[in-house]
Amino acid sequence: MDTQSYLPVEPGVGMEENFLSLDDILLSHERLPIRTECRFPRLGYLERSTDAQDIPEGTKMELPLWLSKGLYEKKRRVLSVELPKVYREGWRTVFNADPNVVDLHKMGPYYYGLGSQMLHFDSPENPEIAQTLLQTFVGRFRRNMDSSQNAYNEDTSALVERLDSTCTLK
Amino acid sequence: WEACVHSNEAKAEGRAELIPSIKLRHCCLLRNQRCLTAYLYDRLLRMRALRWEYGSVLPANVRFHMCAEEVQWFSQYKKSLASFMRSLGGGEGLDLTQDMKPPKSLYIEVRCLKDHGEFEIDDGTVILLKKNSQHFLPRWKCEQLIRQGVLEHVVS
Repeated sequence: MDTQSYLPVEPGVGMEENFLSLDDILLSHERLPIRTECRFPRLGYLERSTDAQDIPEGTKMELPLWLSKGLYEKKRRVLSVELPKVYREGWRTVFNADPNVVDLHKMGPYYYGLGSQMLHFDSPENPEIAQTLLQTFVGRFRRNMDSSQNAYNEDTSALVERLDSTCTLK
Repeated sequence: WEACVHSNEAKAEGRAELIPSIKLRHCCLLRNQRCLTAYLYDRLLRMRALRWEYGSVLPANVRFHMCAEEVQWFSQYKKSLASFMRSLGGGEGLDLTQDMKPPKSLYIEVRCLKDHGEFEIDDGTVILLKKNSQHFLPRWKCEQLIRQGVLEHVVS
């Protein structure tokens, strides 16, 4: 529905998700590499690679964000979450050097959203991650605003392709 | 709450090792609940938009896709909106669903996109809306038909 009367629930701001926001639900479907810190009895069928009845401690798996958030505990008894590549040291340097160069859609369409959610997992690099997210947005903002205001009758699909979904929402 | 009950049972029976699995199952249940609630809520928002776009009588093919509770919600929303609109404008009422964009002129040129049959305007004249015919009509009469896609505003 394109009309001005349909006002869907917008995604949450920062580290909060909006429960009813369809965008946040899609975002939390992204998978994260995790390592289990305890045993999960009788759930072996979730882990296709082995035929065990349980998921043993120390298994490396990929779980969606909603499950990781739900199971994560501060004392780290249950899960430990690894940072996806885009938020690690190497990529952070790239972003700090020049934010406009990167194709954010290819990096997973929810760069900003997922990055904000990663801050829930108490990584020691949290302040740097938050800083990089902000600086990247600030760096790309000017060009995005420019293109959106001046795109009369032109084909903007090439530009839009390289944006992540937060920026594509016009 | 269910997870608490199961966890308490697990602890009581000395099977605290099951707790992570119980938590995982509970997360899945909550996820399903979230997806369903968001879906139903989004449907509601679209129905509300329909009232503003189509008017108070929905076309049959739309009503066909609505469940009984949604139809009931829609009629109650209609009533609330109507009583609100009646209370505006010093007791006379004001139709908020008209003129959603500031109007530029009193009469507009419209072209008919589909056959819609006969259409009566305020002074009694009856216009036959046949596909591709053009008419010069009062704006407020056309607004709803434009939104429904029957007429098209011709900008010359």
